Amino acid sequence: MDIVLQQLVNGLTLGSVYGLIAIGYTMVYGIIGMINFAHGDVYMVSSYLTAIAIALFSFFGLDSFPIIIFGTLIFTIIVTGAYGWVIERVAYRPLRNSSRLSVLISAIGMSLILQNYVQISQGARQQGIPTMLSGAIRFDIGDGFVQITYMKLFILFAAFLGMGVLTYIIQKTKLGRMCRATQQDRKMASILGINTDRVISSVFVIGAAMAALAGVLVTLDYGAFDFYVGFIIGIKAFTAAVLGGIGSLPGAMLGGVILGLSEALFAGLISSDYKDVFSFSLLVIILIFRPSGLLGKPEVEKV
Amino acid sequence: MSALLQFKDVDVHYGPIQALKKVCLEVNQGEIVTMIGSNGAGKSTLLMSIFGQPRISDGQIIYQGEDISQKSAHYVASNGLAQSPEGRRIFPGMSVEENLLMGTIPIGMEHCDEDMQRMFELFPRLKERRNQRASTMSGGEQQMLAIARALMSRPKLLLLDEPSLGLAPIIVKQIFQILADVASTGMTIFLVEQNANHALKLADRGYVLVNGEIRLTGSGDDLLVNPEVRDAYLGGH
Repeated sequence: MDIVLQQLVNGLTLGSVYGLIAIGYTMVYGIIGMINFAHGDVYMVSSYLTAIAIALFSFFGLDSFPIIIFGTLIFTIIVTGAYGWVIERVAYRPLRNSSRLSVLISAIGMSLILQNYVQISQGARQQGIPTMLSGAIRFDIGDGFVQITYMKLFILFAAFLGMGVLTYIIQKTKLGRMCRATQQDRKMASILGINTDRVISSVFVIGAAMAALAGVLVTLDYGAFDFYVGFIIGIKAFTAAVLGGIGSLPGAMLGGVILGLSEALFAGLISSDYKDVFSFSLLVIILIFRPSGLLGKPEVEKV
Repeated sequence: MSALLQFKDVDVHYGPIQALKKVCLEVNQGEIVTMIGSNGAGKSTLLMSIFGQPRISDGQIIYQGEDISQKSAHYVASNGLAQSPEGRRIFPGMSVEENLLMGTIPIGMEHCDEDMQRMFELFPRLKERRNQRASTMSGGEQQMLAIARALMSRPKLLLLDEPSLGLAPIIVKQIFQILADVASTGMTIFLVEQNANHALKLADRGYVLVNGEIRLTGSGDDLLVNPEVRDAYLGGH
């Protein structure tokens, strides 16, 4: 019983992180129909930026926890957002009117460039940051107990706040309406006076910013990272996006949470060695019954 | 008086196929001009080429004295040209109100509430359905929404691409009645239609487009009684 509860908590935090990263995949897919394979590496860059920011803040003697956390969040989100903007500008926009395959190859190339650039500039060894926030809340249940670290609580709070703010932006603001219009009919959007190139750029910035939020949270919690961390978490987040229905924003968040929960439960109750097998099997099973994902809309052929 | 919009020897190609051949036309301030032509004559191509989609291969499109043929679509839209396109192209996942809001992009939200009220008076059906998803509406309602969305930008020139397409005769009649109301406010309208009867009755002047070339031009009334037009577009009776 206590294991189940403990893994539910762990799974929810993991899932919220998957959800944040999945947002970048799903929004980019929704608006230009491509899988941004460099997105996991954008997340990886944000891990390094987190460490750089923390080092900078401690160097200037600003070592109270709230200042470091919020300073690091702001710095990392802005710089990672700039990475997202530059990547779209350099690697994808010149290929806007070419085949989907060219853009896909360009994305894989961008992913390799980012990994190698970080490896060369930061070294191939695993890096780490000190623990910023320690301590936990402990609930005793029967013979066992459930422990929720303050850091996990903070991750949950920050991740769901991030998703909430993004949902508000997309649903209620002018930028959000322009994003949705461009997603639904890019040509019509441009005829109505929307600069669709700028909207696409802002989607990349938003996606990168969400990945940066995830990057900061995971790095603060886990402490260690290397130039390759973006790969596996990127694949997982992509799975979450497909699971929820790629192109659907609530789908990405839901897919992330479902994937995180089921992975944690499987790892806790059955076998942690086979948790990846389980998450990808889950994807296959859901796609058999709902080919466009949980909240995705089936593609309707226009006659 | 110089024309608000003028096509000068415009050619458009789709690969090896020429869709428009040396098209010349003009729309003056305050006029209702129509272009009639059958399926595939190049009517929609002509309207979309104003927004650079597709780009013209030769000639000039002059709007308010400026050649806009190489400008971006959003630049053109920001300068007072609004289109209700072929197939309506409303945003299916948005509510009626949100679709109307999309029309305000070129001018901002300043007149939004006032204009939306005006649209609801012009198209009472839209008011009933203001919070409904646009994709769940009937074809006629979607067409009204597309026209209203175009009007929300307070355009200097309203471009309409086949507002009668696929609609029941009674709805077509309603829509043309509304267009006549809009025209009576002094709006300049360039209307592309297959429904020659309605279009020519509404218009001050008309052009007839055949296989990408302008075959005939004249006042709406003259074209209505022109034997060639009667045979080809008015059922020959």
